[in-house]
Amino acid sequence: MSTHQPPMPQAPAAAPDWQAAPGGSYPGYTSPIPVVRTHLGHALASEWTKIKSVRSTVWTLGVFMLLVVGIGVLTASVVNANSSNGVDGQNALQFGFFGLLLGSMCIITLGVLTTASEYGTGMIRTTMTACPSRVRVLAAKSVVFFALAFVVTLATSSFVAMVQVSMLSGSGTISPTGGEWAKATLGISLYIALLGLLSLLIGSIIRHSAGAITIMIGAVLAPLVIALFMASQSLEKVREWLLEYSIPSQMSCFYDNTLSRSGPTGWDPLWIMLGLTAAAFAGAYALLQKRDV
Amino acid sequence: MIELAGLTKRYGEKVAVDDLTFSVRPGIVTGFLGPNGAGKSTTMRMILGLDHPTAGDVRVDGVHYRRLKDPLTRIGALLDAKAVHGGRSAYHHLLCLAQSNGVPERRVAEVLDTVGLTAVARKKAKGFSLGMGQRLGIAAALLGDPRILMFDEPVNGLDPEGIHWIRNLMKSLAAQGRTVFVSSHLMSEMALTADHLVVIGQGRLLADTSMADFIRQNARSYVRIRSPQRERLLDVLHEDGITVVEAGAGALEVEGDKAGRIGELAARYGIVLHELSPRQASLEEAFMQLTAQAVEYHAHTGPDPAPQAWGAGWKGAE
Repeated sequence: MSTHQPPMPQAPAAAPDWQAAPGGSYPGYTSPIPVVRTHLGHALASEWTKIKSVRSTVWTLGVFMLLVVGIGVLTASVVNANSSNGVDGQNALQFGFFGLLLGSMCIITLGVLTTASEYGTGMIRTTMTACPSRVRVLAAKSVVFFALAFVVTLATSSFVAMVQVSMLSGSGTISPTGGEWAKATLGISLYIALLGLLSLLIGSIIRHSAGAITIMIGAVLAPLVIALFMASQSLEKVREWLLEYSIPSQMSCFYDNTLSRSGPTGWDPLWIMLGLTAAAFAGAYALLQKRDV
Repeated sequence: MIELAGLTKRYGEKVAVDDLTFSVRPGIVTGFLGPNGAGKSTTMRMILGLDHPTAGDVRVDGVHYRRLKDPLTRIGALLDAKAVHGGRSAYHHLLCLAQSNGVPERRVAEVLDTVGLTAVARKKAKGFSLGMGQRLGIAAALLGDPRILMFDEPVNGLDPEGIHWIRNLMKSLAAQGRTVFVSSHLMSEMALTADHLVVIGQGRLLADTSMADFIRQNARSYVRIRSPQRERLLDVLHEDGITVVEAGAGALEVEGDKAGRIGELAARYGIVLHELSPRQASLEEAFMQLTAQAVEYHAHTGPDPAPQAWGAGWKGAE
């Protein structure tokens, strides 16, 4: 075993320096790469690269568009074929609802995967090392995901709405007003993108993809299913509340065909979902700060 | 420069890192040595602000990691080669890291070339072998051309050529004036790369010393002798005041570096020698002794230090 001659080119100058009080200048290598004070923009660029460079994004959004367009067109053609039994005076936009209800599962899945898959793979440690500000990471993921989900949903729902209205224009449906158009495209897209964002935050809280997806799909479907089996008279109030505020009912508000007469109307669901998402963001942020990665 | 002061991490009752205080200086390779489960990775995670210390403080160039605005150009770390999304290509993995720190995009191609992954840059990371994953992790660490580099078990999964490469890489990085902090559980590996050693066992600091000092203090040198004229040789050595120990299989051992003297004595008295070899106990042995003592110490720790006399605390404070 030979003794080692430490290669210390700067040692004579460096030795007294590092013993100086902390906070002084630190010696050592100086990189030719310019030092950049990073900000949210850098994190946004990074998250955009991440979300577009994995296959799961392409798959979930592809299936989403297929479901929304496929079911939308299918519904419209079935309705068109049977137009004799009373679609007169109805709004053609409402037939977009089923496609988007099913499609929202894809957005939920993508939202959860955006955060939870980093925990599954260990990538989160690399991410947090590159960007030590945890709130910045969460904010960047949220913004990038929300923007992507919103744009894709808006494009798809607008396309389906236009196809449906033109397909059914001859079968006695009324022509939708501007407000109805806005709700069935902009409104529902904002709602579904928020639902996806809520999933992203739940993914960050649960840190487990399958677990978070199950929770979110349960949250969407369970209230309605539970309500349907609540036959007892004494639970009438609970049943009604579950029916009115279940996520499918909230989504149907954007098409004016609510499953019940009272409960949220118009743009109300959007504010409800916004409140839920804000609460989830606060929770996810607090846990992210507190927990070890 | 990495400075730890009383750094402690507890998981419930279990103490993973216990009151660690040491500094990692620039310009040299500092080896961070300890058996598996000694708390090396936990310490490194705390340096990077991933885990919160239960007590104590750790600073990178005088700043807490969480406060760094340009972390990748300050410190590059390879913690876990598997900390990569398997579905993403090596290129995109590095690109998203570069973007998060405003590092120019050309660096991605540069570091891929440095670690020799250019040919598989567009391949998904999940198809990578352990060695390729390790190289990708090293590429990520080098991305920001940082002043401080931290590698957790970098030779894991590398082939001999890869081990040789990383050894030289670490030495050249240190020679450029960078701080290089590398963990390992293999003393033999550290002996070839590190200039300074920090040894921990069960989360406690066992040694913080230069490699040369560690070798001097811990590497026992001895002379091994075999001779058909055993009894005669024992008499001669005894007369000369040399202590001989039986080493089994008919061999004898003499502590210290006395091969020359023993050879002269054998020649003077006409004793036939079949073997006369100066030897050194391996550093691995020294390391195992050091950490074994820590384990022993831990297991037989007596009761807590005697409580101070009542009032000693505030009397002292006055």
